[in-house]
Amino acid sequence: MQTNHPYKTSRGMSDYQLKMAFIMPTMILLILMNIFPLLWSLYLSFHRYKASMPAAPRFIGVRNYARLLQDPEIWGYFQTTAYFVFLAVAAQFFIGFGLALLLNREFRYKGFITTLLLLPMMLSPVVVGLFWRFILFSDNSGLLNFFLSPVLKSPIGWTTNPKVAMLAVVIVDTWMWSPFMMLIALAGLSAVPKYLYEAADVDRASAWFKFRWITLPLVSPLLLIALLFRTMDAFKMFDIVYVLTREGGPGTATETVSMNLYKLAFRNYNTGKACAMAYILLIIIVALSNIYVKYLNRVKGEA
Amino acid sequence: MQGRKNFWHYLIIIFIAVAVIIYIAPIYWILATSLKGFADIATKLPKFVFKISLENYQKLMPSEGVPGVTYLFLAEVSIGLILFGVFSLFKVKLPRYLDLVWNSIFVLTCLYSFLSLPPMQSRLQTDARFNFLLLIVCTIIAYLLIVPLKKTGGIVSQTEKKRRLTFVLPSVFGTIAICVALANGGSKYFYQLLNSIIIGGGSTILAVGLGTLAAYAFSRFDVAGKDDLLFFILSTRMLPPVVVVIPIYLMYSQLGLRDTHFGLILLYTTFNVSFAVWLMKGFIDEIPKEYEDAALVDGYSRFQTFVKVILPQSVTGIAATAVFCLITAWNEFAFALVLTEVGGKAVTAPPSITSATGSAGMDWGKIAASTFVFLLPVAVFTFLMRGHLLRGVTFGAVKK
Repeated sequence: MQTNHPYKTSRGMSDYQLKMAFIMPTMILLILMNIFPLLWSLYLSFHRYKASMPAAPRFIGVRNYARLLQDPEIWGYFQTTAYFVFLAVAAQFFIGFGLALLLNREFRYKGFITTLLLLPMMLSPVVVGLFWRFILFSDNSGLLNFFLSPVLKSPIGWTTNPKVAMLAVVIVDTWMWSPFMMLIALAGLSAVPKYLYEAADVDRASAWFKFRWITLPLVSPLLLIALLFRTMDAFKMFDIVYVLTREGGPGTATETVSMNLYKLAFRNYNTGKACAMAYILLIIIVALSNIYVKYLNRVKGEA
Repeated sequence: MQGRKNFWHYLIIIFIAVAVIIYIAPIYWILATSLKGFADIATKLPKFVFKISLENYQKLMPSEGVPGVTYLFLAEVSIGLILFGVFSLFKVKLPRYLDLVWNSIFVLTCLYSFLSLPPMQSRLQTDARFNFLLLIVCTIIAYLLIVPLKKTGGIVSQTEKKRRLTFVLPSVFGTIAICVALANGGSKYFYQLLNSIIIGGGSTILAVGLGTLAAYAFSRFDVAGKDDLLFFILSTRMLPPVVVVIPIYLMYSQLGLRDTHFGLILLYTTFNVSFAVWLMKGFIDEIPKEYEDAALVDGYSRFQTFVKVILPQSVTGIAATAVFCLITAWNEFAFALVLTEVGGKAVTAPPSITSATGSAGMDWGKIAASTFVFLLPVAVFTFLMRGHLLRGVTFGAVKK
């Protein structure tokens, strides 16, 4: 793309030296703090090792992996995670896109109102998530149950009833992240050229026709980015589950894979097994992010 | 026809208003709860009308009483903001050297606080007073960055805007100084907040610095396997924190870096540097190459071009990237949870706030107050950054 510069300067570093001096610190940091630890945990994943015990790691081959892959409980956590990802991302998509459609017009204080709506996604999930427990309180003093009380016979135990606990996590996650969908959808909507709608108006096209054949095709690349981004993020869900339902409770109703991994590594100190589990998770995430980055580059190339 | 259109318009405005109310309600409820007395929180039904009480905020203050210098800093922060408002709203010309005098007063206050305050009284061994010295250094560096000294000696008159900017410096650092004073007085909460500031600030400076250098190289030079390297850099950010933290935990235990400021700064820098590279590359890509070519023809070296052409051109980008890194580090939870101990030396605010369970249930008023103080800076930054939000959350992929 950019070739080496034609102007030779005698002073200072050469372009090559400068390039190396600029890139190397970042690469060294990433190798030391990411690659090296990951290799270490790969090594440990083939060993029996407990970080809380003084005993040295003992080589046991792929037994950690075999035991994990045969364990039906592990697949239960994956199912819980998938269920959460599906519900949360779908809810965020429809609410976020709906909000963007509403906001895609001129009105007073538009910038201010949009920023107000975007506020939840910038806040700390864990700190706000903790306070949501107060809002979702199971008796009437919880804000949500208070507003629902005319409809319901008895208050819902949002964080204590295993059947609705997942819904509570989805509600909080949707509150936090539907603004993200909204922001990206809004960017796509405002980039749709006005003359397309004007042309459709001349042809007396219906509102649905305009939405289906003008808006949707032009916004969908950006929406797909947002969807991929949220899917990856939701897959890693840890913070909100940790505080809202107290580490994946009640029982294991909201225990996601990340949450289970945390318990395995830092509650039971089953380090070897946790490393193996981490690698299984890692492979899935790398596959997902590969798709994501490929897509990101393609959209970037088009824009 | 016109009437019908108006009807739809108003209906949509009402919908938007309802959405805003729903989205802001939890944040309002945090604020409301933090201002309620104990009796108003522990009710059977939520109370919407209540008497405002500050008792929850008082619980965050040091139990031995608020140190006197806190009020001094508070006065400086508010006077600075008021004067800044007056100078920028009414376009009054700043009197010569007033900004320098104002900054010097702040530095002297810091020095006075350092010398006059007794060493930290709480159970934590670390002495928070040295942060005053750190603040003095930060103020001087920030001042010189905005208004550089010329070789001819003395400070040449800079543009009015820059001098107004230096005028706000004591207000920003004064807020941190209040945290230092309260932390030193023995307030656990402000000690954790101070840890968050130190770790967030340190890692942001490092990440943005390294990220800008790497982004420049990626943007302007041919790098072998550029796309793969960029993907590798991004993929380190995509890893779930819980996966990365297991080996880091073992590594830090071996090196004695657990529960230290340096350890967390290093980790957050790693976490943020990939983001900084991607975002800064987007910003630097936008600067026309012709500017550099002109400078190179004039006999500048590559490095001089970077310092004198690229850096000034990308100030907005650097600021936006820095704010995003700061917010990420400020909000980060999983690493801090595993690598620090609640009540420890380097524990940040998020793990501490969420660990607040008293013996008699949870003190929601205190939690609300600590949550609100914790969220306030992020909210302010969100409004300041609103033009760059889209770019920030998509790693610079979507520009507007």
